[in-house]
Amino acid sequence: MTKHALSTRLWHWVNAIAIIVLFMSGLNISNAHRHLYWGHYGFDPADAWLHVIRFPGWATIPGHYNLALARDWHITMAWPFGIGVLFIWIAMLWNGHFRRDLMTAPRDWTPGAVIASIKAHSGAGAGAHHGYNPVQKILYGGVFGVLLPLMLLSGLAISPGSGGYAPWLVDLFAGRQSARSLHFIAAWGIFGFFVIHILLAVTDWRLILEMVTGGKRDDRDPPPPPQPENLPAAQEGVPAHG
Amino acid sequence: MADLPRRSLLAGMAALGASACARINDSETTQEVFKAAEDGHRVLHRALAGKQGLAKEFRPDQRSPTFRGNGSVTVADPFYQDQLAQGFADWKLEVRGLVDKPLALSLAEVKGLPQRTQITRHDCVEGWSAIGEWQGVQLGHLLDMAKVRKEARFIVFRCADLYRGQPYYESIDMVDAYHPQTIIAHALNGEPLPEKNGAPYRMRIERQLGYKQAKYVQAIEAVTSFEQIGQGGGGFWEDYAGYQWYAGV
Repeated sequence: MTKHALSTRLWHWVNAIAIIVLFMSGLNISNAHRHLYWGHYGFDPADAWLHVIRFPGWATIPGHYNLALARDWHITMAWPFGIGVLFIWIAMLWNGHFRRDLMTAPRDWTPGAVIASIKAHSGAGAGAHHGYNPVQKILYGGVFGVLLPLMLLSGLAISPGSGGYAPWLVDLFAGRQSARSLHFIAAWGIFGFFVIHILLAVTDWRLILEMVTGGKRDDRDPPPPPQPENLPAAQEGVPAHG
Repeated sequence: MADLPRRSLLAGMAALGASACARINDSETTQEVFKAAEDGHRVLHRALAGKQGLAKEFRPDQRSPTFRGNGSVTVADPFYQDQLAQGFADWKLEVRGLVDKPLALSLAEVKGLPQRTQITRHDCVEGWSAIGEWQGVQLGHLLDMAKVRKEARFIVFRCADLYRGQPYYESIDMVDAYHPQTIIAHALNGEPLPEKNGAPYRMRIERQLGYKQAKYVQAIEAVTSFEQIGQGGGGFWEDYAGYQWYAGV
């Protein structure tokens, strides 16, 4: 049994290329009108809630200001991105990846669970744990459940063509300019995840290799929860909380 | 001294990268992929919305306090300026090309035709939006009056303004030409169209971006192809800067 399903690996790399191109061409598009608004309309910088910096050429696609080409890249890469989000959600629900690794229970949201995950991840033997810890579940769940669908839906809402088939979409975001603002915010949310994701992946190159080959899943059952009578702490003479 | 070769190496790599990018952008395959992606969006929009799916219309209190003028905001032509001062008394709107009955209508005649009023959002390709109330004649009605021929595939709008030295023009296909919200507007927010917004007429094609909304419209031309018009891109921005002909994304 592989650690990463073929569907996960395929989507991972196609999506990686798509979001890099979408992000960098998006920064070029942002340079066309560097003001963000809330609501249905907005054109006067005096009404903007945020004035965005001009993104430099090294951060944009293409490497100089060209709205037409940037839109060509953006409109093209929107296809693998959008279809990919639908594909990975269907695959994750189908193969149990969502239920097994991403779905959180109320206990995952407690401060204790978060601290325990960080400790397990930074201490010796990090990565040897079975499955995803609560912080991973919350982060990946936030990306799959919130950021990616938000990017897709707000992108559709910004397109004037969507008015013809889904006029409710723009209302869902309380206006096209709100959708545009959320599109910008979610893009930076994904960028933040991307940076953390890469930093953690490069600490162990095997993780990256596994996303290509599939790797081998540790199929051993997680250690059974200790029964009270077996707990060392319950033994006579050992303090419960050292 | 050891710094020099390294620096030129870096500069060389950067130049190589830039030229590689330029090659990718200019390659025929890339251009074909871009075109396929654009066509795909149009086909998907049409499949989901149908030919008549309406863009959102707003309440009067949802209008923006003003309506931004963008692109050409004035027309230098002396005849235009003279007509502007006289309320376009001698201005004719032509309907020509592949039609059996070419028309040349006065502003009074256009105002006498059945009118449609709609409060819609204008979305600029740059990202901003404005909302205004437009009044005018449905393009489909004018095309029916002129008895447009079956072989017509596109409608081209000829404009009175020169933008960056070139005559502005735009084009749409027959699906958008016969869309109920596609109107030739002569009024904005209950007033005659101001010069900055395209007096006496501008197009409203509500499911596409602002550069399709041709201003200062003089003639409406039915054609089978726009290959012989301008540089063949189907519009000023398409020719001048490579903008997408389908501006619904």
